[in-house]
Amino acid sequence: MGQSLSIHNLEAWYGSNKILKGINMEIRPNQVTAIIGPSGCGKSTFVRCINRMHETLPRTRVRGEISLDGRSIYDLNPVALRKTVGMVFQKANPFPSMSIYDNVVAGLRLNGMKNKQELKASAEKSLRMAALWDEVKDRLNYSGMSLSGGQQQRLCIARALAVEPSVLLMDEPASALDPIATTHIEELIRSLKEIYTIIIVTHNMQQAARIADSTAFFLSGELVEHGPTSEIFTNPHDKRTEDYITGRFG
Amino acid sequence: MRQSLNDGQLILNNLLKDMGQEVERILQGCIKTLKSLDRTQAEYWIAQDQVVNNLERQVDDECVRLIATQQPVAKDLRKIISAMKISTDLERMGDLAIGIAKVVRRIEGPLCKPLIDIPLMAEKALAMMRQGLEAYRTEDMELAQNLALQDDAVDHLYNQIVRDLLVIMSQKPEILDQGMYLTFAGRYLERFADHATNIGENVIYITTAERKDLNK
Repeated sequence: MGQSLSIHNLEAWYGSNKILKGINMEIRPNQVTAIIGPSGCGKSTFVRCINRMHETLPRTRVRGEISLDGRSIYDLNPVALRKTVGMVFQKANPFPSMSIYDNVVAGLRLNGMKNKQELKASAEKSLRMAALWDEVKDRLNYSGMSLSGGQQQRLCIARALAVEPSVLLMDEPASALDPIATTHIEELIRSLKEIYTIIIVTHNMQQAARIADSTAFFLSGELVEHGPTSEIFTNPHDKRTEDYITGRFG
Repeated sequence: MRQSLNDGQLILNNLLKDMGQEVERILQGCIKTLKSLDRTQAEYWIAQDQVVNNLERQVDDECVRLIATQQPVAKDLRKIISAMKISTDLERMGDLAIGIAKVVRRIEGPLCKPLIDIPLMAEKALAMMRQGLEAYRTEDMELAQNLALQDDAVDHLYNQIVRDLLVIMSQKPEILDQGMYLTFAGRYLERFADHATNIGENVIYITTAERKDLNK
């Protein structure tokens, strides 16, 4: 099942540039939370802090507290944390030299799983959950790069699901896809929230409105407003949120 | 910013303004016809229904176009939804005005009394409609809320008309039909004013996202 996240006074820097300025946010389990905001507002940095990827970059710094079901993520080994908190990126990034099958089980092998039956079962389960199984079951040994853009992105989702995370971070997962592939991904996200807590960064306002249970609006490194999506898109409390979602910003 | 959406909203505002002007022209014409009991004129005004109906369809089409192409949210969406509802109110107001012309078809003259309160009621109801549309144009909450008070005054006038006609009908049973049709005309104007307060309710919804009943 998905886990809840509590973020307290989260601050993040690139060099001397403060990207996040004290974010406080509660993320409920088994919900889709959309993070919206203009470019440079700190959305991607925020999600990259949740699986401790931000701090892997040179000259970066993070301060504050993030806890998963009440346990600080800083008490966890970063590798173990990233197993629990999976991530899907804007551009589908299957391992180019690997087959579809090997892509899906790559994380499991890294975690030491060797039993072929277990790997096979896990690959099928992950591909089914990513709604890709029926399309690739007869060509699992083909290169991951042989798939279409939308299929590659679902392959990456399957790869993230294979290690059985409880939280899935998605950084603009459909921004490079056509409307049909986008619909596939959105339907997938809706079904995956039964099992996972999902946080999605998106520039597509309609996408946030369609799939998210709650929406958070970031601006200049601050969380301006976080609430039920239906409320944010019909009657936001903060004028800055209203200006942004109605396209009258700046 | 959002020039296409802004342009569309301007089109809606102008269409609603045109609808208001047409409804006003029709109601004034129908009241004049009721005073004169001119059946030829009555038929002319009845045929004017199409003008308002066509404008309502244009408002609907523009709203659908804006929703489909501009994906409005928050206040923008409330404005468009409200424009659709206001146009429905105005179309109904047009129907009610024409109801008065239809009354002329049925009244056998001459009138049992000089018409004073019904034209007065029509003036008040039209003032409410104008105020509602002005409140919509300027998003003026105070103007919108004030419509409730004016609606009370119209209701009061309607009750007085009914009482007066009942007295006349009880004294002169031969004008029973005419009295009943004049009561209908009063009722149409009372309903006309209710639709004007609906415009005010939509203005409050646009501004606050809250529903308020001004017809209590």
